[in-house]
Amino acid sequence: MRGRLLLLAPAWGWLLLFVAAPAAILAAIALAESDPGVPPFRLALSATGFATLTEDTYYLDALLTALRVAATTAALCLLIAYPMAMGIARAAPRRRVILLALLMLPFWTGFLLRVGAWIGLLRDEGWINGMLQAAGLTDAPLTLLYTEGAMIAGMVHAYLPFAVLPLFAAFLRLDPSLGEAAADLGARPAIAFLTVTLPVTAPAAAAAFLLVFIPAAGEYVIPELMGPPEAQLVGRVLWQEFFQNRDWPVAAALALALLVLLLVPIRLFQRLEART
Amino acid sequence: MSHHRLVKAAMVAGFAFLWLPILLLVIYAFSADRIPFQWGGFSLRWFQALAANERLVESALLSLRVAAGAATLAVLLGGAAGWALARFGPFRGRALFGALIGAPLVLPEVVTGLSLLLLFVALDALTGWPAGRGATTVLLAHATLGAAFVAVVVQARLAESDRSLEEAAMDLGATPFTAFRTVTLPLIAPALAAGWLLAFTLSLDDVVIASFVSGPAGTTLPMALFSMLRLGLTPEVNALGAVVVIAVGGMLALAALLLRPRRG
Repeated sequence: MRGRLLLLAPAWGWLLLFVAAPAAILAAIALAESDPGVPPFRLALSATGFATLTEDTYYLDALLTALRVAATTAALCLLIAYPMAMGIARAAPRRRVILLALLMLPFWTGFLLRVGAWIGLLRDEGWINGMLQAAGLTDAPLTLLYTEGAMIAGMVHAYLPFAVLPLFAAFLRLDPSLGEAAADLGARPAIAFLTVTLPVTAPAAAAAFLLVFIPAAGEYVIPELMGPPEAQLVGRVLWQEFFQNRDWPVAAALALALLVLLLVPIRLFQRLEART
Repeated sequence: MSHHRLVKAAMVAGFAFLWLPILLLVIYAFSADRIPFQWGGFSLRWFQALAANERLVESALLSLRVAAGAATLAVLLGGAAGWALARFGPFRGRALFGALIGAPLVLPEVVTGLSLLLLFVALDALTGWPAGRGATTVLLAHATLGAAFVAVVVQARLAESDRSLEEAAMDLGATPFTAFRTVTLPLIAPALAAGWLLAFTLSLDDVVIASFVSGPAGTTLPMALFSMLRLGLTPEVNALGAVVVIAVGGMLALAALLLRPRRG
């Protein structure tokens, strides 16, 4: 037993160095003072970073906008993923494998390439505007890219497979005899769905929502490449504070604020995971 | 059964939403037009342009090396961690260990990236290692991220099977090492392979963490693509998309062919 625990020493060392220590340093720098030197902070117990966050509604707005966009993205993903998962789970086993491959293949083709595809569709001289003008429906290009709609479409596209997987697992576990029993007892399909299928799959639906919501809340790339310039989500603001303004304490404080806001969704997600 | 048809229609619509942008990206890779997503006749010129783009080719090679290294480290670390969490019982510090290995799964990328960069800056200042930032720091960050995923996959695989298998081997006189090699390792081998592939993909796909922890000498493919997309789309992005989709689809088809259940 002692020998086996010794085997864990490298893993312990790695985790303490690359997970625990960075968290501690992040907290220390969030409490430090900004300084024009290199590195641009002076260790102190000053909390000026946190004070900056509360002085200006800019940062609070960034956090709230990010949560709103993440919630919208997660809700749309859930709406699209739910029937997809149901359809995949109901398919014959051979076809199911193909559908699952079609679901995961976009994930393997690279996130940025998919964002590039959306930019190509939505730009002023992009595919959709080209088609609209060729069909004589519009004279001038519509502004589609760099809008909130474009940003959300891109995020839904990026996160959709993650929402389908937990729902698919739940539908696979769903005992078909439950629905049949409801039907035998005279329940119409809609009633059987509302009273049997929906309650049984609700925990998986909540897990799917959170699985999208948690990473989407810190999203940086899609708002930057597809969103309007005024969509200052927390991921983007954190990036600018760190790289452009070189205000490390504010960036670290913002990271901690985001973490605190996500603590409840994360705990909820872990409990749902443990249940299923 | 009309509701079955409704579910099917919604599923097809979902797949169309998922695939239409990707299919168009691939189709227009073969267009001669200088403007992406406009048809100007069939041509392979953008594939030639892609192959001649040294910055992209170099960053792709760097990304493949970093991803392979990170995935291998992730399998060693995550494999050991998943094994310990599934089989070692309530060892001292187990709750902390589980929280630390799982943390990268739930932390937003910007938080992981920022905190790891701050660590590398502090380490460099205190010990001189890692000197500067680049491919090495990206590899270390990606290994940490990948290990979290490998641990989950391995732990789930071991949870499915009975620990009495290893105990039986040891009762029959196998040393713990032999029991591990002949029983546990074959049991978790598929999970290790799947975990390696997952860690490899995550590394190849990551732009946020890499942008934080890398330096001027370590531009990965996603970082190069990101700066290209910031300036505007070029048809080379279409060509790269076509190469990736065809390569991944081909590998998947090959795997399906090899793993096809044989009849007769």
